[in-house]
Amino acid sequence: MPAPQILSTGTPVTVTVNDKPHTLAEATTLAQLLASIGLSAGQGVAVAIDHAVVPRSAWSTHLLADGDQVLVIQATQGG
Amino acid sequence: MTFVDVWKQHDFAEIGRAIQRKTAVDVQRALGRVGAGLDLEDLAALLSPAAAPFLEQMAQLSQRRTVERFGRTMQLYAPMYLTNICANVCTYCGFSAKNRIPRKALNDAEMLAEADVLQGHGFDHVLLVTGESSRYGAAYFSNALRLLRPRFSSLSIEVQPLTEAEYAGLSADGLSAVLVYQETYNAEVYARHHLKGPKMDMAYRLETPDRLGRAGVKKIGLGALYGLSDWRAESWFIGLHLRHMERSHWRTRYSISFPRLRPHEGSEIDITPFNERELVQAACAFRLFNLEVELALSTREGAAFRDRALGLGFTSMSAGSRTNPGGYAGETPSLKQFDIDDSRSPAEVAALLRSQGYDPVWKDWDSTYDGNDVRAACMPKTQALRGSALGSAR
Amino acid sequence: MMSDSPEFNQRSLSKMNASTLVIAGTEFSSRLFLGTGKYSSGAVMAQSLEASGTQLVTVALRRVHTDGARDDILAHLDRNRYKLLPNTSGVRDAKEAVLAAELARDALETNWVKLEIHPDPKYLMPDPIETLKAARDLVQRGFVVLPYVHADPVLCKQLEEAGCAAVMPLGAPIGSNRGLESRAFLEIIIAQSKVPVIIDAGLGAPSHAAAALELGAHAVLVNTAIASAPDPIAMGHAFKLGVQAGRIAYESGLAGRSTNSLAQATSPLTAFLSESQS
Repeated sequence: MPAPQILSTGTPVTVTVNDKPHTLAEATTLAQLLASIGLSAGQGVAVAIDHAVVPRSAWSTHLLADGDQVLVIQATQGG
Repeated sequence: MTFVDVWKQHDFAEIGRAIQRKTAVDVQRALGRVGAGLDLEDLAALLSPAAAPFLEQMAQLSQRRTVERFGRTMQLYAPMYLTNICANVCTYCGFSAKNRIPRKALNDAEMLAEADVLQGHGFDHVLLVTGESSRYGAAYFSNALRLLRPRFSSLSIEVQPLTEAEYAGLSADGLSAVLVYQETYNAEVYARHHLKGPKMDMAYRLETPDRLGRAGVKKIGLGALYGLSDWRAESWFIGLHLRHMERSHWRTRYSISFPRLRPHEGSEIDITPFNERELVQAACAFRLFNLEVELALSTREGAAFRDRALGLGFTSMSAGSRTNPGGYAGETPSLKQFDIDDSRSPAEVAALLRSQGYDPVWKDWDSTYDGNDVRAACMPKTQALRGSALGSAR
Repeated sequence: MMSDSPEFNQRSLSKMNASTLVIAGTEFSSRLFLGTGKYSSGAVMAQSLEASGTQLVTVALRRVHTDGARDDILAHLDRNRYKLLPNTSGVRDAKEAVLAAELARDALETNWVKLEIHPDPKYLMPDPIETLKAARDLVQRGFVVLPYVHADPVLCKQLEEAGCAAVMPLGAPIGSNRGLESRAFLEIIIAQSKVPVIIDAGLGAPSHAAAALELGAHAVLVNTAIASAPDPIAMGHAFKLGVQAGRIAYESGLAGRSTNSLAQATSPLTAFLSESQS
């Protein structure tokens, strides 16, 4: 039985990234999404999907699903 | 980490030597830091020979700080000896197992008879004292507490070291405070004086206050038996113990007592001198080191001394004490643990306090809200005569 | 030498009195921690950090802009020199704080977290209830928790009991530069604490930092006073000196106030002891 994320018809996937909608090709991994906005591991970046952290070790295999709320944070100046 | 780990880091003899080396400048620095917080080095300075010329200054500071914190009040309490049965052989104690004395353990009726007398005097805070015997353990104490709780707002105990679970259970029975004196913090001296019985286990005794803290007992009494060893080092270790306990069990109150070896039936032992002047120095040192600790002055001290010393830092006094089981009701001629020097009645002591501008307080306010107000459910006649179910301050 | 008892003095009465500060097993020779906010540029920040001699700096987390400017703070922070302490600034409750801590752990590969919850965006006062809740949760999850709180002694003991590695009570409101306004309570916290006490927020001058160390604090955290100074690099250096001065003074034994004015008792309290020697 195929995993739900694999769409057979090539339907684009819509997710929000920091509350902004992004439309992605089917079967996009988290790593690919981050790369598309110029980010990668090692830059002080972390990701949560629907309030659950997705560790960097899983970025290249985690497939995004339609409706995912993706939160991408990065280390910055602060006291 | 328990106190045993802390205690092991310090050598008794070296501490004694270090205290001897403190100078007048050290003492003055310590006095200047009162209010800002003294550390253990400051305590050492105040306990040292170099502090002797400063005693008047220490006493004045101590008196002022005590009144600031506690008001012009003095708590009064009475010891009630429940048993003199003891499994230990301790060289300094009249109850030592090898002393052939009449042994006694009070039954319910006898306890209530003692309670009648103490209530008649006005006491609302009683310290239950026993020898150390496994035959009279947690079950016996539990019964005594439940029996006496309707009669007194605060019940403390001075008994053998118990387990944490036993202390927690007794708290539920209405226990307010536990006094457990280390006798001496010097391992070699400890071994020399505790010759037989469970009390030989020094580490278990050292850890007793920690067990009390974990069990949630509201007040813990520390102390050493002055006369066994160098009083300055003993006092410093009491300060070390107090500091550890306050950091580890911050919800608990603490008191320090000053038992001094006095004449008694039993072996004659070498007593290291500790005179009244030194007792005042120790008490003032503790007060300046710790502004909140309660300091108790017992009837082992003479009347004249107590009259003049009570205002120098003490916050509680016993009065009219009997140190033999059944001693108040006067029925059984059992042996006293030690001789009393201030034999005035509680009424006389209360009058003396008032004459000095102190308000005698018969109740340790601690117990009012602990949910153990059994008294409301059970009102003996003497309570009804004395006022409301919640008791009164005198 | 006044105090000529080397064995007694060198014997460490408490681990926290030693010169090296230890937090959760990590040693620090500098007791000045720095925040990285409010600097005009990454370069100025880097130079200020160097001038201060700090070994631990805080960073915040923020949502990336998916289009446009990137944060490159890590490019300016040499992780071999500075331990990074991510804070949870921006969260409003315990739940958000836990998520922020987990994100920080993954982003920066550290389980250290400065727990900072201020639902009040105007004064940035820390929420004690949510902080205690979050601290308990985060300790369970294996974090080294350094909570930022008001100078509340009971709260600090509760946090210590919950397993926090240190406590960070504030000296004055964030960014106020008012110094140790909570001094009386900081004294109590320091006296009672079994874990390091790091005074954070409100320190505006090197003298404030020195005062904090003289009080017995184990470290201070400074941000606004350095970052917003006209010459942050010089100010970083000045704070370094202030912290060192305060700590050396504390360890060598500060004199107390000499004016403990005594009311003259009408008659001496201890005269009665001359006669009795029993």
